[in-house]
Amino acid sequence: MVAKFRGPGMYRAALGTALGTALSYAIIGIFRSWYGLDPLFKGYAVLELSLFLAPIGFLIGLGAFDYWFRWAAGRPTIPDDHSSHGAHSWRDYFKVNTDHKVIGIQYVVTSFVFFFIGGLFAMLMRAELAQPGRQFVDPSTFNGLFSVHASLLIFLFIIPVFAGMANYVLPLMIGAPDMAFPRLNALSFWMLPLAGIMMLMSFGAPGGSFASGWTAYAPLSVTAPEGQVFFTIGVQFAGASSIATALNFLVTIITMRAPGMSFFRMPLLVWANFSTSLLVVIATPFIAVSQFMVLFDRALGFNFFNPTGGGDVLMYQHIFWFYSHPAVYIMMLPGFGIISEILAVKSRKPIFGYRMMAFSLLAIVVLGFTVWAHHMFVSGMQDWIRVPMMITTAIIAVPTGIKIFSWLATLWRGVLHLDTPMLFSLGFLTMFTLGGISGVMLAIIPVTIHVSDTYFIVAHIHYVLFGGSLLTIFAGVYYWFPKMTGRMYDERLGKLHFWTTFIFFNATFAPMHVIGIQGMPRRVADYAEQWAGWNMAISIMSFFLGLSALLFAYNMIVSWRGGPRADSNPWNALTLEWLVTSPPPIFNFDAIPTVVGGPYEYGVPGAVHGVLKGAEVPQPAGATASGASHGSATKDQE
Amino acid sequence: MWMVIHGLIASAIGIAVGLAINWFPESASTQAGPIDRLYDILIWVSVPVFVTVTIIVLFSVQNFRMRPGEEQLDGPPIHGNTRLEVIWTAIPAIILVVLCGYAWVVLRDIEEAQAGEMRVNVVGQQFAWTFEYPQADGEPVRSKHLYLPKDQPVRFSVRAIDVIHDFWVPAFRMKIDAVPGIETGYRITPNRLGTYPVVCAELCGLGHAVMRATTRVVEPAAFERWIAQQKAPAQASEDGEVDGKALFTDGNGAATACGACHTLADAATSSATGPDLDEVLADKDAAYIEREIVDPNAEITPGFQTGIMPPNYGDTLSSDELEALVTYLGEVAGK
Repeated sequence: MVAKFRGPGMYRAALGTALGTALSYAIIGIFRSWYGLDPLFKGYAVLELSLFLAPIGFLIGLGAFDYWFRWAAGRPTIPDDHSSHGAHSWRDYFKVNTDHKVIGIQYVVTSFVFFFIGGLFAMLMRAELAQPGRQFVDPSTFNGLFSVHASLLIFLFIIPVFAGMANYVLPLMIGAPDMAFPRLNALSFWMLPLAGIMMLMSFGAPGGSFASGWTAYAPLSVTAPEGQVFFTIGVQFAGASSIATALNFLVTIITMRAPGMSFFRMPLLVWANFSTSLLVVIATPFIAVSQFMVLFDRALGFNFFNPTGGGDVLMYQHIFWFYSHPAVYIMMLPGFGIISEILAVKSRKPIFGYRMMAFSLLAIVVLGFTVWAHHMFVSGMQDWIRVPMMITTAIIAVPTGIKIFSWLATLWRGVLHLDTPMLFSLGFLTMFTLGGISGVMLAIIPVTIHVSDTYFIVAHIHYVLFGGSLLTIFAGVYYWFPKMTGRMYDERLGKLHFWTTFIFFNATFAPMHVIGIQGMPRRVADYAEQWAGWNMAISIMSFFLGLSALLFAYNMIVSWRGGPRADSNPWNALTLEWLVTSPPPIFNFDAIPTVVGGPYEYGVPGAVHGVLKGAEVPQPAGATASGASHGSATKDQE
Repeated sequence: MWMVIHGLIASAIGIAVGLAINWFPESASTQAGPIDRLYDILIWVSVPVFVTVTIIVLFSVQNFRMRPGEEQLDGPPIHGNTRLEVIWTAIPAIILVVLCGYAWVVLRDIEEAQAGEMRVNVVGQQFAWTFEYPQADGEPVRSKHLYLPKDQPVRFSVRAIDVIHDFWVPAFRMKIDAVPGIETGYRITPNRLGTYPVVCAELCGLGHAVMRATTRVVEPAAFERWIAQQKAPAQASEDGEVDGKALFTDGNGAATACGACHTLADAATSSATGPDLDEVLADKDAAYIEREIVDPNAEITPGFQTGIMPPNYGDTLSSDELEALVTYLGEVAGK
């Protein structure tokens, strides 16, 4: 029994959590007795400190720091025998594992758990909103539901699920055996569920969960009940996880590309994650700062956002949006990468304008930092900044437009394989265009003055994050499902999932544009009678949309357990991850591959992107049984 | 050709539908016209963009889909076309810059200072609005509802007491945050008689959804009469006659109206932000009611939170007002 608590694992993690909490009591007790404060253990003080120390105790107990502690203490480190690489049973996913493929699956599965919880909250909100007046939940719970819904889906789903998919695929794509810092990778993952659990725990806090929206504007968040700190501190863990992963991606991409893989031979998914990681590393510290300032205002009586103490209320919004606008691109660029992969493979054509695709990503990274104040057109900030921000906001649509047009040109005269990943990609193209158009409308200041904080905004953000990001996530999960699990998913269920999602998504969110402009404000549990019909219709459609997600869950679970075996290259794709078996061997490649050409040379006779060492170059039959068989035949049009 | 014809037809239908939809609420200010027109122009530009993308996708699906027997076939290896890429970079950029230029002109129009503006101070507080009309002779007139004379340019000066609120009259198309510590504002000229909602558009706490007031745009003469009336009751209260019920439903300018958050059958209020007073104050004595008003956190009704009700009613109500309110509640609550 004692041994269980000595070795890394869940037992020791529980012990660490308890010790972290106990330490918080001790520290608060000592300080408060020092200052002669009564009572000795003030509830909120202990809570706020233990929200930091208990998770850290958990991570130490789990073993995320073991190697570094031994090294720092000068003790012999335990050489990694790689016995923990790969996962042999479901239990292995609950351990600290340094294999990027295991971590990738940990990320994706964890994110989808939070996706379903966040979606469930949306269903509860729609139930309340089906009729005007108050039916199921009180205002405190309702405000908590939309706050936690947004926080979970942004910080625990979209951002990490992209990191998870890239974690699995990206090292394979660049021909690397793993990420550059595998231990940091494991630590990054394990911070994530802690952040999510913390946000959910807030519903148990006295006064209810955090209810000031995911934007947590001060001073509302400073004066809100104690549930607020579960967001304030939870975001720190999600943010730290994000930053560490981004650093890991940057170093991996820069230093671990296979021989021959120049920057302009990288698949666009790699470019997309390179750009995203730059955004994360530069921007994410800003949200950490904004939440620390709220915490200091609350816990220590600072006056950052208290005007009577010399604070500045608008400062919060500037710092917050300096992160949270780039965060929109953090939630979109990896999706652009996924779409580029799928459209090229499924159209059997090279991506149109590869270099412009890469440069437009970088342009979005730079421009993304020049538009944050468009979230503040009605905030009361200085007037003159609005017009420059309107222009940059409109101009950032140009690189995005370049991508849309290049994808369309990629389709042109291709041989389109209209299976599930492709359907989701085409759905993304049209829906994201709508989100982009309403985005340009929101750049136009006189329109924004009227529609900001209305359901028009709710419609826009869901066209971008659901019609945009989520459709790319579904596309990516279906596309790499064979590689990750070694099984094929059910194609018929996949198509059914696409069509139900596509139809009910539009039926749910398109009407929100109308009621928004008509004047229905967002973030309200109650609304005027005139919108009763629309809201009832939206709620009913949203329940169907919720049901469509269950099709996905069913397909994934059943196919993972018993789907037909996938061969190494079911899509006939060129990029390196398809050169190895599905799922890949423990160290990805038995020998590091050599890259000899671009990643999307479909239709070029005899073209090869990479070969495993030992194979002759070029060798149209390919070095493995994989998909170098295509390329000889080109569809002759007209 | 198929694509161009279908694209034109679809665009025409899309634009027609877009313009036919009655997007906006009633318009009641001179600012609304240019804004609504700008939106119509955005519809004209947006629909063809969406139609172009969708038509190309549909056309490709119809014409380039894989047919049986093409499983091993690849498309032609087209890597790009510089001229095409320059075109689809430049044209959207030009359209966007032109739109921004037009929007800038509209923005200047709707924010331009007018001659002879009337000033109205707007104060947001959880969860009610107060409108102050400065008077040359002494104290400003305060009201819980917004009265404006038709065709009189108005400049709102907006403040917040506690957290951020947002002063929005959808019929005027304008909104601005009420921010603690700074003064914000905007201008409008009401041009249509009628009654319109005032909405708090920025999440401000549990009562956010009920932070509503009414705008009445009236003839200038009626407005003058209303101002004169508002000055009159102030003298009545000096006689010691405070109407507890009016205080409950309207507040006094400094103190938020109780009815904004509480249900009370006698006053016909029905908000559920705070406890139902017909339940919790039934059979309670005056001392209990008074303590609940001045020290609301002393005893919290199960299911509600501490700190929601402003703790400063002891300061914002005069002793006469407090007494009148306690008497009123003692008489009617739960009856």
